Amino acid sequence: MTHTGRFRLWRGDAEGGALTDFDVEVNDGEVVLDVIHRIQATQAPDLAVRWNCKAGKCGSCSAEIDGRPRLMCMTRMSQFAPQDVVTVTPMRTFPVIRDLVTDVSFNYAKAREVPAFTPPADLAPGEYRMAQADVQRSQEFRKCIECFLCQDVCHVVRDHEENKPAFAGPRFLMRIAELELHPLDVADRVPAAQDEHGLGLCNITKCCTDVCPEGIKITDNALIPMKERVADRRYDPVVWLGRTIRRRRG
Amino acid sequence: MTETERHDYDVLVIGAGGAGLRAAIEARERGLRTAIVCKSLFGKAHTVMAEGGCAAAMGNANSRDSWQVHFRDTMRGGKFLNSWRMAELHAKEAPDRVWELESWGALFDRTADGRISQRNFGGHTYPRLAHVGDRTGLELIRTLQQRIVALQQADHAETGDYEARLRVFAECTVTELLTDASTGAVAGAFGYWRESGRFVVFSAPAVVLATGGIGKSFQVTSNSWEYTGDGQALAMRAGASLVDMEFVQFHPTGMVWPPSVKGILVTEGVRGDGGVLKNSDGERFMFGYVPDVFTGQYAQSEDEADRWYEDQENNRRTPDLLPRDEVARAINTEVKEGRGSEHGGVYLDIASRMPAAEIQRRLPSMYHQFKELADVDITAEAMEVGPTCHYVMGGIAVDPDTGASTLPGLYAAGECAGGMHGSNRLGGNSLSDLLVFGRRAGLGAAGYVAGLASRPPVDEAGVDAAAAMALAPFDPPSGDLPGENPYALHAELQQAMNDLVGIIRTEAEMTAALDRLDELRTRVRDVAVEGHRQYNPGWHLALDLRNMLMVGEAVASSALRRTESRGGHTREDYPALDPQWRHRVLVTRRAPDDPDPVVPRVVVEEAERDPMRPDLLELFDLPELEKYYTAPELVTHPGGEPA
Amino acid sequence: MTTAARGVAARGVDTPGRAQVPARRLRSDRWWLPPAATAAGLLAFVVYGGVRAFQQQYFFADERYLTPFYSPCVSLGCASEPGAAHFGMFLPDHPLIPYAALSLPFLLGFRLTCYYYRKAYYRSIWIAPAACAVPEPHATYTGETRFPLILQNAHRYFFYVALLVSLVNTYDAIVAFRHPTDGFVVGVGNLVLLVNVALLWLYTVSCHSCRHVMGGRLTHFSKHPVRYWLWTRISALNTRHMLFAWVTLGTLVLTDLYVMLVARGTITDLRLIG
Ligand SMILES: Cc1cc2nc3c(=O)[nH]c(=O)nc-3n(C[C@H](O)[C@H](O)[C@H](O)COP(=O)(O)OP(=O)(O)OC[C@H]3O[C@@H](n4cnc5c(N)ncnc54)[C@H](O)[C@@H]3O)c2cc1C
Ligand code: SF4
Ligand code: SF4
Ligand code: FES
Ligand code: FES
Repeated sequence: MTHTGRFRLWRGDAEGGALTDFDVEVNDGEVVLDVIHRIQATQAPDLAVRWNCKAGKCGSCSAEIDGRPRLMCMTRMSQFAPQDVVTVTPMRTFPVIRDLVTDVSFNYAKAREVPAFTPPADLAPGEYRMAQADVQRSQEFRKCIECFLCQDVCHVVRDHEENKPAFAGPRFLMRIAELELHPLDVADRVPAAQDEHGLGLCNITKCCTDVCPEGIKITDNALIPMKERVADRRYDPVVWLGRTIRRRRG
Repeated sequence: MTETERHDYDVLVIGAGGAGLRAAIEARERGLRTAIVCKSLFGKAHTVMAEGGCAAAMGNANSRDSWQVHFRDTMRGGKFLNSWRMAELHAKEAPDRVWELESWGALFDRTADGRISQRNFGGHTYPRLAHVGDRTGLELIRTLQQRIVALQQADHAETGDYEARLRVFAECTVTELLTDASTGAVAGAFGYWRESGRFVVFSAPAVVLATGGIGKSFQVTSNSWEYTGDGQALAMRAGASLVDMEFVQFHPTGMVWPPSVKGILVTEGVRGDGGVLKNSDGERFMFGYVPDVFTGQYAQSEDEADRWYEDQENNRRTPDLLPRDEVARAINTEVKEGRGSEHGGVYLDIASRMPAAEIQRRLPSMYHQFKELADVDITAEAMEVGPTCHYVMGGIAVDPDTGASTLPGLYAAGECAGGMHGSNRLGGNSLSDLLVFGRRAGLGAAGYVAGLASRPPVDEAGVDAAAAMALAPFDPPSGDLPGENPYALHAELQQAMNDLVGIIRTEAEMTAALDRLDELRTRVRDVAVEGHRQYNPGWHLALDLRNMLMVGEAVASSALRRTESRGGHTREDYPALDPQWRHRVLVTRRAPDDPDPVVPRVVVEEAERDPMRPDLLELFDLPELEKYYTAPELVTHPGGEPA
Repeated sequence: MTTAARGVAARGVDTPGRAQVPARRLRSDRWWLPPAATAAGLLAFVVYGGVRAFQQQYFFADERYLTPFYSPCVSLGCASEPGAAHFGMFLPDHPLIPYAALSLPFLLGFRLTCYYYRKAYYRSIWIAPAACAVPEPHATYTGETRFPLILQNAHRYFFYVALLVSLVNTYDAIVAFRHPTDGFVVGVGNLVLLVNVALLWLYTVSCHSCRHVMGGRLTHFSKHPVRYWLWTRISALNTRHMLFAWVTLGTLVLTDLYVMLVARGTITDLRLIG
């Protein structure tokens, strides 16, 4: 079964751009990325789009489809009615490079700010012993394909550019949680999570979890447990009260 | 050419997959200033797609496993054509490389006693694949990526600059290697930023190629757009040789439906964990396809095969787990003989073999992939699968110990290097190959740089020529005529390779393929692209086409030359294994007398594989070797003498 | 958490450098429905609960049913319903002091600082954000980093108190089986109280802080098998925490309504046993 689909793609660059209409053939079983490729091959050979695996494994093809952050290769055309206009824009939290491609260097900069895995000094490779029960929480977070859709949707930076320096974003707060829960990581990551990576800016509204194509329960399993660990350290009410009063005065 | 950016490094690593990252880590740890260049974003290289696992004889799941057993399996899988030295190093060093990943933060699935769990895979005698569910490649690349970040953090702490000694140039494509005009040694590389289209010149005395495979030359493939054979073509154009290019692995189980996902991989882990292949009659047909060389090693009844999953000591493994070449051919035959599934594949059934929850736990991304992309619930119904172009065994000819190519200063590792896997790669042996030989290539390059008296200068004429070549598609010779569309040309190339140089090959078809390639080679000059240089995929493809054509010719010419069937190379007109071909490899080089700069022609020559070291040869029983070797080659085997 | 919108300088998705789209938002689904429904639900509960908490009437039925809104009944005013106060009467009887002034503030605090309710009212009342990828109206945003929202971190202490209150509610539900004259009886009201308290327990123990206290703060589960087992159970319940949050709002209202109607004599409690 084939029909003519109506697409509206954002084309342009950092200087400006606009939504452009395309009528294009759509076949049974296709995903949005297939249709974008057809537009590229037949109507707009220089249409910029980033992709690699076309199987939801690499996290390259992130974009916003009808205003929702999604992987283009995992969004099936069958979820739209044939007469629907499908609007595709680049991610709107990062600077645009061209057409559907954005500059995601923010994320790589944040990745560098998270101190690396720190194993016990006296443990030789090959001698690591870890129970499955102890690794499975971190393993969930390591399913992350770094599509950065969670970073894109998080209102802390999406709606507030000025928060970017102070906020690592869900992906990297989750990375901190991953290391914090790693059975053999010896570094203390809790104070920095709050002070340097902006855990307190997250208001647990769960959009990151909603968009994660890997189905990682970012908020419930990474962010909230980290908030609880911070509370362990910081928000013993008595200590906390003293500090707040001091800060209010200052 | 005013806007060309220049960088100086000690070691330039092209490719940020497992092999490239591991090489870069090694070079940096040896104190060299190292750059990594890759076509896509950092951490997205093809290696992320690897699913099943990473083979290493750690013996965690079965203590009888050892490097010797792994070595034997690898040689058998490759039908004894492998570079035995590579297979030896690989089997010996893989466990250390895996353990090292753990010390960098990798979290593999665990055994009950807390060690790394290992799973069964085709051709491996014991459960041997370290894995994380079915996303092992992701774990591997993320761990290496994070190790690189860790090294950058160390440099930052010391110098205040994250990129002082190790820098990643992401979304930057290398289009040509640069050499020293006087010696021919490698001096650097020329490339462009995908984002801006601006040119970059790297000068570096040592270059490590780790660019991966060639699958995008085929229509049905599990590979991504990156796999355009760049490393292989760059190496040939610069003067290095390739080996074994006729051996292309078709993975037996790719998705076949819907058309838009045709070729996407269904991991071998499905079969390793109990899934079985069936034809449209519901018959487990693999029992009828155990080849002579493997008789006695595989189960002969369904009962025995099923018992093997529980008790591997007393039962033989299921023929569903024969090496990939055998399974792919069997599926091909079933479909041709009319016992295929609705959409031209066969059935892969795991639903009837274990509870739904178990399937979801063991194979989460397969479950997800079928659900999302094909509306198939693999816990309730069988998958439809068929062969897909997956891996190239051949590649740049390298020295096993150092990864040095035949060109001074040029190193190669990973899928773009050849020899290790012989005529057919075992599943799981690639990820370990990346780690073992990635590290060795990094070491080799570091050693080479340390021993250099002076840095080879970049040949500026080469830079200008590369720049002109890169810009050609904006100004094709066809002038005002509509030029060739790169997408259309690519589709034609894929079709030709798929139809004519696919799983089953004949002389007539390959000659036809070479004619088609010839025609495309002429047309590629007229490729024209629209728009400008900022992130222009049409232009990027136009440049990749040169490499695909050159590599396509290498595959087709080598395949035409090898008049036997072995591993990933099956000739309908020469269906048998020929012991006279076992010790001969085919080497492909740029034709020395062809000055064409766009797509130079290639020549294929025969070379002898070194005879296996006697202590390694003794690891095999004589009767087994006799199936592959000629009698004179075996006189030294102790089993040959009367006891 | 925010200050009033300042000026109209391009911000959020309109920040220069990002892909510029004139449309205010591109989501074409009914994204406003969930926050609107949430706001309506929360508001309805607050109004109902507020009215009832200060009504100081119809909180105890002769069958010994005490509504959770008045438990524990510790005001001197509770004397109006003999048998309602199990834990003494000591708070002054004043129209602005609810009879259960000992528990209600903590229960309110428990729900206000609950990770789920926070999400619910940040989205639906505070519009930060109303729905994913829908621009929020605030000019600045500091999340939970400052006073007063930094107080959310005290959630676990509310949780501890809530545990005690759940015990009290359980006690209420159990003593209600002993009729002042007829001995052990089971009426519909008993079942109502019992279901309510069971659901309150589910809501309370499925709390994220509970999950943390039980095992979440451990790094090596394998060394603490009992706590690990508890953690896995609570984690399973925790995935339904939102469900329990809403269901208990409903059962609280229904339970209270039932007790009120029986207390007023509008309906009679159906005796099932005894
Ligand atoms: C779907 C799938 C599943 C697989 N599963 C397994 C498995 O379970 N076990 C196993 O052992 N193997 C598996 N393999 C095979 C294995 O993943 C690959 O062979 C291996 O990852 C190749 O790694 P590499 O480091 O050689 O190259 P890659 O990871 O492919 O990296 C190539 C790099 O080179 C860069 N590059 C290429 N050309 C250029 C250029 N011109 N300029 C700059 N950079 C360039 C690319 O951007 C990329 O970064 C699988 C393969 C596929 C496709
Ligand atoms: S839950 Fe926190 S991190 Fe996730 S999107 Fe919401 S505010 Fe951002
Ligand atoms: S956590 Fe999920 S949404 Fe975020 S980057 Fe990883 S895979 Fe993408
Ligand atoms: S292309 Fe890899 S995730 Fe979509
Ligand atoms: S009560 Fe909701 S999280 Fe604690």
